[in-house]
Amino acid sequence: MLEKEKQFLTGHEIVIKACLDAEADVMYGYPITPTCEILSGWSNIGKQYLQTEDEIAAGFAVCGAVLAGKKAFTASAGPGHILLQDAFSMAEAMRLPFVMVIGQRGGPSSGTVIYSQQEVTLACYGGNGEGYRLVYSPSNAKELYELTRQAFNDAWHYRFPAVLLTDGYLLKTKSVFNLAEITKMVNIPAHALVPEDKVVHWPNIYTLEEELNEEINETKKDFSAISEEISKAESYKTDGIEYLVIAHGIVGAVAKMAVDELREKNIKVGLFRPITLRPFSKKQLDDLFVKNNIKNVVVVESSFGQLARIVRDELAPEIDATFTYIQKPGLGIEVEEIVEFMKKLKI
Amino acid sequence: MAENLAKFCAGCGYPITLMMLNKTLEKLDLQKRAVLGLDIGCALLAWNFLPINTFQTHHGRVAPTMMGFKRARNNSICFALVGDGGAYAIGLQSLIHAAKRDEPITVIVANNTVYGMTGGQTAPTTLCGQVTPTSPKGNIEEPFHGPEMLKGVIKDGAFLARTAVNEPKQLQEFLQKAIETQQAGHFSLVEVLSFCPTNWKTNGVDTINKLNGLKDIFELGIL
Repeated sequence: MLEKEKQFLTGHEIVIKACLDAEADVMYGYPITPTCEILSGWSNIGKQYLQTEDEIAAGFAVCGAVLAGKKAFTASAGPGHILLQDAFSMAEAMRLPFVMVIGQRGGPSSGTVIYSQQEVTLACYGGNGEGYRLVYSPSNAKELYELTRQAFNDAWHYRFPAVLLTDGYLLKTKSVFNLAEITKMVNIPAHALVPEDKVVHWPNIYTLEEELNEEINETKKDFSAISEEISKAESYKTDGIEYLVIAHGIVGAVAKMAVDELREKNIKVGLFRPITLRPFSKKQLDDLFVKNNIKNVVVVESSFGQLARIVRDELAPEIDATFTYIQKPGLGIEVEEIVEFMKKLKI
Repeated sequence: MAENLAKFCAGCGYPITLMMLNKTLEKLDLQKRAVLGLDIGCALLAWNFLPINTFQTHHGRVAPTMMGFKRARNNSICFALVGDGGAYAIGLQSLIHAAKRDEPITVIVANNTVYGMTGGQTAPTTLCGQVTPTSPKGNIEEPFHGPEMLKGVIKDGAFLARTAVNEPKQLQEFLQKAIETQQAGHFSLVEVLSFCPTNWKTNGVDTINKLNGLKDIFELGIL
């Protein structure tokens, strides 16, 4: 039967569809809100899956599966995301194409169960390493699909672990998903990292400090080499701006609507929306400051500065920018709040 | 037979277990299909020891990693080599559930009653009264009997056994049975009583005596 072009789907269903279309073989997971429906949905489509005893086992089972050459993934949130960082750090060290979907919920601890943007630092830098992982932040249903596919492709192509960093609002919202609008994508095939035809001896712990240092330098080199190619951001209405709003995920979608409204009021504001948080579209951001005389940068996020810290860190040090912030950990942000904030800022 | 020189301490029991494993694989002509996952602890030192696919994982995490591998490649023969701390303390939750689900992997646990790599601290298998750096007045708890505990959760067809590094014939026999169990699609675990003269601070004679003494507390045989 031909698939209908337009479907009314939840974010969970879109993620499952993207994983299927990415030719994922297996999911390991442990139920946690707001990502339970990915596990239960995947469990009902006849693909390989296992509900493990905890997220630790789920994460390491993903490692085992990708070592054997299968596309594997997990989905989790908050406290489960913390446990997954154990396996994810092994994936970072061994350059395993580990894909995880994170539906951010409020924190710290068990926090709240549906929405926040407080897992940015954990997703980007959660291990005891340097954060050499790919982190995608979708702002709508279309991106949720495309970036899930992208995460599998980039993970297997470049051999870095990948996080699809979303939230319960986007996952639980039902919206029209239009296949015709989706960018066509060719899957990067999986391959066995522990081959069947030759013997591999593979350490992830080193006797000499120099050996580890060399390994990390190598990883850094590889990560930097692909950064420009795979980092993505949207610059929206950024010609001739005096004000720049920076936001990601669904707050990015809200900020976009705020920019439209403010432009109607002749306020020269644009949006920079990082689509990948790791690697970060550093040059694209720097260029906005080169091309414009930006008076003020407003970083908007549902956290106390987890995105802002990345932005300040990535922005070229010679760029002198004034920062202000809208920060509401655990709370959604509405268009009107950003509009009002910007109007006051201008006065 | 070994690929590289052992980096284990002089007198360590691990190389005996590994050599026996390799011998068994050779006998069954399964070296090419064998995949050896290593826990972190002294097991990690085996990363380039045998001429079979080998990788290191994390402390306590080798069982779920090998479960993921085995489920992804059915025809592989998957081993999880782990110490008593990795198996029965930090990794116990995963071990119980792997056994309960009857995952067709073979777990090989080296039981030397201490955390060897970190300096001989108290393990779940440490004897009552045994002095360690973290039980300076002697351990107040009774030791943990891993295979006996798992007996309550395994399914028909699974294989649980305990042997010792100075029982080479039995060690090889149990490893073969464990492999055959895995090939039949069931969970297997072989606990190997092993010695650690470095942390036991024993000479050759005392090392053997202590190991033999352990057999009175940890009974050898198939459970």
